Formats: sequence, C-alpha cells, structure tokens
Amino acid sequence: MPGVEIPIEKWTGKIKEVKLGGGKRKEIVLGGENTLPFLSFEGSVPHPPTVAIEIQDKEPAGWSPILLSAWGDAVKDPATWAKKAAEYGAEAISLRLVSAHPEMGDTGADVAKKTVDKVLSAVDLPLIVIGPGVAEKDNAVLVAVSEAAKGQRIAIGNCEEKNYRTVAAVCISDGHAAIAKSPLDINLAKQLNILLTDIGVPADSVIMDLDTGALGYGLEYALSIRERVRLAALGGDAMVSMPVLSHAGAEAWRQKEAKASQGMPPGWGSVEERGIIWEELTALTVLNAGSNIVTMMHPKSVERIKATIHKLMGKK
Amino acid sequence: MALTGIQIYKFLPKTNCKECGQPTCLAFAMKLAASQAELSACKYVSEESKKALEAASKPPIRLVAVGAGDKKIEVGNETVMFRHEKTFFHRPGLVIRVKDSAGPEKAAKTAEEVGQYKVDRVGMTFGIDGIAIQNDSGNAATFAQCVAAVSAKTTLPLVLMATNPDSISSALEKVAKAKPAIYAATKENIDKMIELAKKYACPMAVRSSDGLNELAELTDKAAKAGVEDLILDPGVRGFGDTLVTFTQMRRLALNKRFEPVGYPLISFPGEGVASPDEEAILAGQHIAKYGGIIVLDHFSPAFVYGLLTLRLNVYTDPQKPIQMKPGLYQILEPKPTSPLCVTTNFSLTYFSIAGELEAAGWPSWLLVCDTEGLSVLTAWSAGKFDADKIAKTVKGQNAAEKVSHRNVVIPGGVAVLRGELEEALPDWKIMVGPREAMAVGGFLKEHWKS
Repeated sequence: MPGVEIPIEKWTGKIKEVKLGGGKRKEIVLGGENTLPFLSFEGSVPHPPTVAIEIQDKEPAGWSPILLSAWGDAVKDPATWAKKAAEYGAEAISLRLVSAHPEMGDTGADVAKKTVDKVLSAVDLPLIVIGPGVAEKDNAVLVAVSEAAKGQRIAIGNCEEKNYRTVAAVCISDGHAAIAKSPLDINLAKQLNILLTDIGVPADSVIMDLDTGALGYGLEYALSIRERVRLAALGGDAMVSMPVLSHAGAEAWRQKEAKASQGMPPGWGSVEERGIIWEELTALTVLNAGSNIVTMMHPKSVERIKATIHKLMGKK
Repeated sequence: MALTGIQIYKFLPKTNCKECGQPTCLAFAMKLAASQAELSACKYVSEESKKALEAASKPPIRLVAVGAGDKKIEVGNETVMFRHEKTFFHRPGLVIRVKDSAGPEKAAKTAEEVGQYKVDRVGMTFGIDGIAIQNDSGNAATFAQCVAAVSAKTTLPLVLMATNPDSISSALEKVAKAKPAIYAATKENIDKMIELAKKYACPMAVRSSDGLNELAELTDKAAKAGVEDLILDPGVRGFGDTLVTFTQMRRLALNKRFEPVGYPLISFPGEGVASPDEEAILAGQHIAKYGGIIVLDHFSPAFVYGLLTLRLNVYTDPQKPIQMKPGLYQILEPKPTSPLCVTTNFSLTYFSIAGELEAAGWPSWLLVCDTEGLSVLTAWSAGKFDADKIAKTVKGQNAAEKVSHRNVVIPGGVAVLRGELEEALPDWKIMVGPREAMAVGGFLKEHWKS
C-alpha cells in the first residue's frame, strides 16, 4: 500500500511578537509562531511560552495552606517574594496590586510606585503589573506604576472595554505593553484590540487576557476561546493575533479543590497533590489551546509546567 | 462525514424505476442521505457503487467498544479537530495498569481498589473505566492466572497486554466473554493475533514500532482479514511526539478520510516520563488532544479526580453546558432553620453561589431547578426559569419537609418573578436575593433571621 502522507497545514497569519524587559533587564519575547501550539513540524515556534510567577503586594488572605507553606515568610514582602520566585525558576514576575482595592487596604499611587520600585530592583526579570480590578483605583495606581517603570518595558493591566483609555495612554507614553482583558468572547477581544490600536497603542504592545476558567470551573470555555482566537489569528485576522496571557495559577488556586484540606470526600485524594495538579492541568490545557504566557503560583507546578513546555518544544 | 443526497445520487442507476418506493432516484438519494431509507431497497445499484457508498458513509473514526455490558468503554466516532466545531463525543477511558509479575493476589487487590474508586461531580458519579493487565512475566500460564484473578475482583473492562500470542490465547480462554481488548498486534505477531481476535470477537490494539506507514500496513491487514474493531498505538511516547502524531492521525482520519488510521487511540502517558506527576499532566494532554484509551501506571485519587474533571470539561457539548442534576443540595450541613436559596442548574451558576455560601460560612439549602443548563438571566429570558418552574421544584423536592421555616431566596436577577411566585407558593415568603452571587453572604447577614 502507498506510504502515509502527513497533511501539512500552512497558515497565512502569524502571532505578533511582543517584547518585555530588555536593557539591563532580561528580555522575553511572547508570540511569533505561525502554527498551532507546539506543532513545529509545519511551522515555526520561535519563542516557547513563558512561565511567570504571580505575587501580590499584600500578605494573602484565604490562600491554600499548601501555597502559603511553599512561600513561607516571603509573602510578607513583595521584593523578597519576587526574589524567591526568581530562585524557583520564574521567567517573569506578575505582581497583583491587591492592597489598592477599596476593601483590601485602599492604598494609593504612592504605595504602588514604591512596591514596583522595590520589585524592579529586587529582580532582573520582566514584570507584569495587574491593578486591583476596580476602574478608578486601577487608573490611579497604574499611572504611577507606569511612570515608575519607565524604560523597563513592563506589561500593565487590565485594559477592559469600559476602562482602557488611561492605562493605554500611559503605556503609549512610557513604552509599556497593555494587557487587554475580555470576558471569554472572541468578538469582544477583537473589539478591544481595535479600540486600543485606534487610540495609538502599537499592535506589538498588546497582550490579550481572554479570561481563564479553572479546571472544573469553566476550563472548557477557556480552552475553546483560545483555540478559536488562535485559528482566527493564523487564518489571517491581525486584530486577534496578539499573544495571549493566561492567569492559570490564580484561577486554579481560588477553587475549593485546590484549597480544601478537611472534610473532603475520599475520592478527592490528598490536598498536597490536589491543588498542584489542579493548577498544572489548568495551565497545560490553556497552553495546548494557545497561550504565550501563563502566570502560576506553586513552585512545584511552575517547575513541572516549565519541563512540560520544554518537552513540547521537542527538547528531551 | 455523511454524503449529501447529490453525492449519493451519482452512484444510483438514475432510471427512476420507482421500485424502491420513491418517485425518482434523486428522491431515494435524499432519503438515503437522511438515513430514512436503506440502500438495499434498490435492486439495480451496481456492486461497485454499493461498495463506494458503504465506504463513504462509514464514520471517519470507528466507534470501538472495550468490554461488555453497561460498563463497556466506547471510544472513537469523533468528527472534529476542535471541540467548538461541534463537540467531542466519546470520553476517553481512564485505565489503570497492573502487572502479572506482582502476583495474582496483588494485581487483583489493586484492581479491586481501583474499581471501588468513585467521585461525585455536578451530581454525577465517575470512576476508573478499566484495568490493563500486563504480561510482564512473559509466561502464558502466569498471565492467565493473573487475568482470572483480576476478573474475579472487578467487573471493569480489561485490556490484555502481551506480545506473545500464547499468553493472550490462554487469558482469552478465561475472560473472552467480557470482550477485553487485546494489546497488541505487532509486525511480528499480527497473524496469530488476528486469529485470536476473530475467534473470540474481541477488539484488538495494533502497535507500530516504526511510524505511521507500518501502522497503516498492519491495520489494513487486520481490516482485510475481518478484524475491524481496532485501537491504535503509533508507538510514540512523551509530550511533543504524542501531540504531533495524535494530531496528524486525527487529521488523516477526518480531513483525508485515510481509513487505516480511522480508529481510536491507546496511549501510555506513564512511559517515558520522569514521575507520576508528569504522567498525570501528560494524561491531561491526551484527554484534550485526541486520546482514546489512556493507560495509567499510577493510581492517585487526587490526580484521577483532576483528570476526570478535565475530561468532563473537554467533552462537554459546547451547545449544552455542564449541568447540575436538579435537586436540593446541602451546603455545609444545613439545619431545618438554615436558609433556602433557589438557583439554576448551569454548573457555573451553581458553583458560584455554592462557593459564596460556603466562603461566607452559611449552612444552607440550595434548590437547583432544571433550566437545561442555562444561567439565571438566560434561562429566565428563554422561559425556562419562571415562577411555575421554581414552584414546581420547591414542591417536587419536598423543600417544606427539609426546612422548618417558609422563606425562600430567589436570585436578584429574577426579582420580577416575586409576585407570581407569591401566588404559586402561597405558604412561602419570597425573598429577593442579590443579583450577584458574591453578595449573598452580606445579604443573608442582613436579612436572614433564623
């Protein structure tokens, strides 16, 4: 019988490259591939996905004991935490400004600026800064963050459809990348990218957060939105071809399965293994569906997902 | 991919003889395309056309069953590369491997333990789907004894793993009725394995040691010999190679209609990885990317729970979101005086409200109405979450017997239902809760007096 002919899919589109860091800071490049995730037999995947570690500016409340024991006292100080994250193999730091939230401390621009200064001098990794998620506070603190990090090319989020102008403007003037967050909807994702590029954010300075559901809590939506966006981008739609960021860790560790240690059904197994596998399977699924950077939380899952990416890139 | 009426018409005699009961050959073709007629109704269709039509109407990936009875694993018959294009249909089977070198008692004990594993999610119960027994000893009698011991302790479907046809033969003598899968026919043993698969009418895995060409030759040979319930092992292991090869095979089967790879896959995520943790991650990849029978070497409840949850996510029909079984759910051991809240059976709605009640420390009764998997507002606007539905569920689930009070909290999003509900449930006081699940703790603190 005749030999098997492997079908090769050639795409017209390509994921845009977005650079973070640079100068004295380590540089990472997100995106650049012209094929579906890890299918390098038919295209090129110049930059493997990045694994960032998520930290926050305030000692976490309500976190899983498994996570807390992994980080120890480092969670009390973002600079110490960032350093430890770097030791644990983080390729970037994702800093969430929790304390700026009106109900979590309501700290202002001065505190945010100081925190970012400290983290930037503590590590030479590229930085992502996420605001507290309340429009007026986001705008207040992220403007200060942008100024403090001028010249370091960080990523700042979130820009959302209802509130993107302020953050976009400072990203343009200070040379940062803007994170465009949309709620699991390809049309809204595209719409927001158009809005951002229309007001002058360069297309190579937009990173998409398509929203992430954790394993068991909407992961199927996160998977399908990424596959649809990726197929559209490779098919030639430049307005959805920005690299994708997925907050896999925060989503996974928020769930009961990752946190609960007592009174759980025996079928759930040990809490030590459960939270970590919850985070790993969430991260793996969004990576295989199309993510250029994942933010994660537990050192063990970070190590394994980095090893997994390494193998998916065809390295032994 | 089914043929259209026009495509089928090309193979028909085009004589419009009406003997099939249809006015024209085209009308008959349309009926065939809609599966409302059988090709055998046409006496004049040529053998050649018949063959072509049968081949074209075959599913691109054959549905194969491992095991018999209600626990059998059915895999295959997938029609898309990505779940959003339609859906993935047949959930991969999670199988645990035991080895005969451990001795029959130990293997049987593991099988028994694994078979008892159960976990509930969204009101459904899941577990391990099968047991693979490997002829590690190389000895046919040892293998048969181990297989018999395992099958005495479990009713789960079996995968018999040996390359020596004598081992497979002596095991099949004991358990063939249960329709275990034979693993595996290889270049060296395929003739004897085909004989056994035919004799006992069992599904057979085919393993290639040299890529897809060899695999296609082997499956072609088996199919021509009449063994068509095949499962494929292209011989690759690890993350990168299985992603690439499984993707290529799915494309060949679906897009190229290349029949020799049109069968479900069997994979071994534990082979060629560094640790049980890595095995679980790779098994996760195989769930999302085209696995069929997934054989695990380690059984850890936490890992299996994660994998079963992932499988539920990936194999959910995008048109039909994950649903909770309607019913009265208990949050944190409620008392008769605890709050009674109403919600829909869209799993994410349920999880949000249940999670918030738990986080706020409110033991409560959560009444889940059948809204066909729609969220509060979507269900309300589609007429699937109205006063009538809520009233019926309150009564049908005997909520009045579980709680000593007569207060029921409805989601703030459907506040408009209050008036109608007061009429439908005259004994109850209707309380309008917050619009967002997040606010339910605060709402109860303020308004609930136990």
